[in-house]
Amino acid sequence: MTDNSTIAATRRPLRQRIDLPVVTAFGCIVILLVVGSLYSTNFLSPEYLLQQLKVGAFLGIIATGMMLVILLGQIDLSVPWTVTLGAMMASAATAYGPMGELFSIPFGVFCGLLIGLVNGFAVAYLRIPSMIITLAVNAVAQGLMVAYSGGFSPQDSASPAMKFLGAQSTFGLPHAVIVWAIIGMLAVFLLTRTTFGRSVYGIGNKESAAYLSGVPTQLVVMGAFALCGALSAFAGVLLAGYAGKAAQSMGDAYLLPAIAAVVLGGTSILGGRGSYIGTIAGTILITLLASILSVMQMAEFGRQIIYGVIIVGMLLLYGRDKKLR
Amino acid sequence: MNEWRFWFNAQRGTLLALAIFVLMFVVYLSNHPAIVNNGYTAQGVGNVVQTAANKGILLALIAIAQTLVVLTAGIDLSVGMIFVLCNVVASFVVVGNLGAAWGFDLGPVGGPAVGVLIVLLVGVACGATNGLIVIFGRLQPIVATIASSAVFFGLALWMRPQPGSTPEFAKALGKFMLTKFGGVIPASMVFLLIVVVVLWIPYSRSVLGRTTYAVGSSEAAAYMSGMPVKRAKFMAYVLSGFFSGLGGLYLAFVTSSGQADQAAAGTYTLNSIAAVVLGGVSLFGGRGGAVGAIFGAFAFLTIKDLMFVLNVDPLYQPLLQGIVLLLAVSIGSARLFQVRNRLELFG
Repeated sequence: MTDNSTIAATRRPLRQRIDLPVVTAFGCIVILLVVGSLYSTNFLSPEYLLQQLKVGAFLGIIATGMMLVILLGQIDLSVPWTVTLGAMMASAATAYGPMGELFSIPFGVFCGLLIGLVNGFAVAYLRIPSMIITLAVNAVAQGLMVAYSGGFSPQDSASPAMKFLGAQSTFGLPHAVIVWAIIGMLAVFLLTRTTFGRSVYGIGNKESAAYLSGVPTQLVVMGAFALCGALSAFAGVLLAGYAGKAAQSMGDAYLLPAIAAVVLGGTSILGGRGSYIGTIAGTILITLLASILSVMQMAEFGRQIIYGVIIVGMLLLYGRDKKLR
Repeated sequence: MNEWRFWFNAQRGTLLALAIFVLMFVVYLSNHPAIVNNGYTAQGVGNVVQTAANKGILLALIAIAQTLVVLTAGIDLSVGMIFVLCNVVASFVVVGNLGAAWGFDLGPVGGPAVGVLIVLLVGVACGATNGLIVIFGRLQPIVATIASSAVFFGLALWMRPQPGSTPEFAKALGKFMLTKFGGVIPASMVFLLIVVVVLWIPYSRSVLGRTTYAVGSSEAAAYMSGMPVKRAKFMAYVLSGFFSGLGGLYLAFVTSSGQADQAAAGTYTLNSIAAVVLGGVSLFGGRGGAVGAIFGAFAFLTIKDLMFVLNVDPLYQPLLQGIVLLLAVSIGSARLFQVRNRLELFG
């Protein structure tokens, strides 16, 4: 199955291989940069661009997990508190001496994985609509973290390893960007070169057909949700490293941008269609947009309005459903 | 006799939500300090019910708004933002001297009346925008309403960068809408009853209302049957905006002020989905109704109140609330026991 589709992809003429959403998204990025550089030449400096990539890396990692779930035709609304949970648990582990420091990152990611497994089990085996169950799991994760932290931001600070990955850079290249690049390459490999990835696309198109073709659909769905939870928590761990410590509701600002990044990148919200390069484009686009509007000292209300109008406008360009009849 | 079975089957979600709510509210009432100390006096019960009702009507109105869209198998993630935007608008226009700045003072009666009308028109306009994007732009409702809610929030923030109120706010009207009649019956519940009887019941029995249900069950079949599919879907979004606007108006009655509160908007949006699910409305569309959603909203709020009177540690309240929600939404998976063929799972 994998071989056939890749052969088909390489043999198609160039015009058909160009992905309209991806091209549009990258086009918009270029337009944004041009508009920004008219405003100030700093916009084209490598420092500024790298800084944007660093800020975008956190969103990009979350969007990777979100994309897996959206490709299935599901959605994960538990991202906000999974991010926070990952950050808080990793910071909490740091407080337990040298062993804790060593295992802080794996422990945070592991907790996110557990959340994702709960989501995945409920969606795949209990057949609860993902929109409801992830909402409920988000509430439970919030409850757990409030009970754990007493409603305040915990005092534990991030471990050196978290700070190394989240905040520092080598030769001017932020480590967070490198991490995002590695995760991105793994995601591309997973989606295009493995049975798991092809199954994700298959389930997104029609789950019953995938099941009849012998795909263990329930395991794949659970796996995708688990990966989404783990990636969200990992982004939380990096964010805690970036900020020095975890904070209450630090993940709230990432849910809607993550969905928007995936969808702007051309992934169908109904599942089954979309490429990872589009998600990268969507992430950069959203990060740049937020940054440029704030540099232009646009008031918050104007930013919100422009943000909404641009998402609707871009989707009207290429995200429309087929006509029903 | 047989027909009763069908009626019961159709109303099962509503009746379950009603039963859960009544059960929890009775426990809440019997543990409330005011009742425990003074016994069941009319005044004591009236006060407790009034407080609960005035909180409940806000979520109930948002839940109705969400129901209308969910019935068409869509979802409206902008109800909370429309709610907040209309609250902000109401804090400007529901005043005793509307138009005084432009030289035509509408007075203490006409002013608030026109003001209320303006607020509801804003709600309708927001809903119509959503409807246009979803139906004629052919975007998925979940994405379209996420984007439009950013715009609505921007507008609210533009009008009220800081929380605030207008000194001439029609407090008398707000007070009247939150009072209780005869010492026991809360005005907000009377209002909600009027809304259901005057708006929901006629609408759900009209051609457009029936089409809303049909679209949720099968859009293609509804179209082939010659039903006004597009108009019904559009109407669902418009009415959703209207009810969210009504909620925002009521919030202004409660607080006498307006605030562009992003967190509150998010909470109300998410709680509206929870209320709708508890109220037996299927997220796949075509099943359930506004009455169920109202009781779902009441039940959801009573969980919180119940934990308060039962002296649950405040730190564990969000966790317990989440677990109750988790269990409530898992009830639906009981239908798995009826599945005879694994293919039915993929519906």
